[in-house]
Amino acid sequence: MALTPEDDHLTEEGLAPLQDGRVLLIACGALAHEILALKAANGWTHLDLQCLPAKLHLWPDRIVTAVEEAVLERGADYAGVFVVYADCGTGGLLQKKCRELGVEMVEGPHCYSFYEGNEVFAAKAEDEFTAFYLTDFLVRQFDAFVWKPMGLDRHPELRDMYFGNYTKLVYQAQLDDPALDTKARDCAARLGLAYERRLTGYGDLATTLSRVASR
Amino acid sequence: MADDDEIILSELSDDELVLQMHDDLYDGLKEEIEEGVNILIARGWTPYDTLTKALVAGMTIVGADFRDGILFVPEVLLAANAMKAGMFILKPLLAETGAPRMGKMVIGTVKGDIHDIGKNLVAMMMEGAGFEVLDLGINNSVEKYLDALEKEQPDILGMSALLTTTMPYMKVVIDTMKEKGMREDYIVLVGGAPLNEEFSKAIGADAYCRDAAVAVETAKQYVARKHNQLNG
Repeated sequence: MALTPEDDHLTEEGLAPLQDGRVLLIACGALAHEILALKAANGWTHLDLQCLPAKLHLWPDRIVTAVEEAVLERGADYAGVFVVYADCGTGGLLQKKCRELGVEMVEGPHCYSFYEGNEVFAAKAEDEFTAFYLTDFLVRQFDAFVWKPMGLDRHPELRDMYFGNYTKLVYQAQLDDPALDTKARDCAARLGLAYERRLTGYGDLATTLSRVASR
Repeated sequence: MADDDEIILSELSDDELVLQMHDDLYDGLKEEIEEGVNILIARGWTPYDTLTKALVAGMTIVGADFRDGILFVPEVLLAANAMKAGMFILKPLLAETGAPRMGKMVIGTVKGDIHDIGKNLVAMMMEGAGFEVLDLGINNSVEKYLDALEKEQPDILGMSALLTTTMPYMKVVIDTMKEKGMREDYIVLVGGAPLNEEFSKAIGADAYCRDAAVAVETAKQYVARKHNQLNG
């Protein structure tokens, strides 16, 4: 069984595939724990997982290039490839690239949407566009993904320029973990936002991967 | 290199002071920029020269280094705050003394989207370049855009979106402008992180602007073209 990868490694380096399955999942490093948990729970031993560095989200245009390189590098070694990214701020370019490469990807705009369920998330959009979302991974990696890249460690006075239009932080919990709940509440306080926690589980990620696994 | 603390701005020559202000803007030093602006004005500089040669030129360096990956968003925001403080002093003086007017722009973030950092930078740089800017803020419906266009009669409509889910709303606005027969009356510029040239063309905008500096240059080109057409 694969060792649980460290979050810092998933952020900076990603995760190399074990080359032990016939279908390759090329995923965002921020989804590694959840995909490995789904694999283990469902016995999907034929799915191999490669993760790209989660920090690519800081420059969404680089996601498209990195996914393309991964598909071209390893795709031929597998019977199938599935890209476990949503649009993720690429403005449709990732979808376009996947079509060119002949591979499928997760539906939806981003992980906040598919964790909550794309339909449910879209239905709430009109009332919730002032919400700032975090997932389990992002709560754990809050400093690496939010606080430091936004310069708030050095210039806390910039906080309201970034978050002044937001009203609340919604923590979409994949796992029911009180420690993460406490940390997420602290993240909300640091950003000056109200706090709300929702236990979403894996949402559309579970149904999508189940469909991929059953092929 | 001398310690910044040792530099007395009022003892520098004009040329040295302008270069120092470029450095201070780059470092996001708001109080130094305010002091520099006041010194140049006291020395008889016109508000327009102070704006363009000290502030806009400095911010252009910041913009170029942001584009090239040397500076990042936090540093750009600090620089923008410093420039804004300088512009706050200059604005009433510009209104009194007059300055070349390049055109007028209505700008706002689209409905369902609250992100305004990029939009605010564009608005500030457009003002610095001599455009009159009416900023509609965030979460703008098609009705709000159209009301502003009819009331303000600008040359340019600027729309911004940060989210993949909200950027299609730009097409709603442009399609409504077409339905009402007013699309050709305005230059439509769009921007925001997930946008690209292809999207801009697909929705019927005139141009996609990848950053504030490009927005200013694109706006100048389109306005000049529009004026040439009117005069031709």
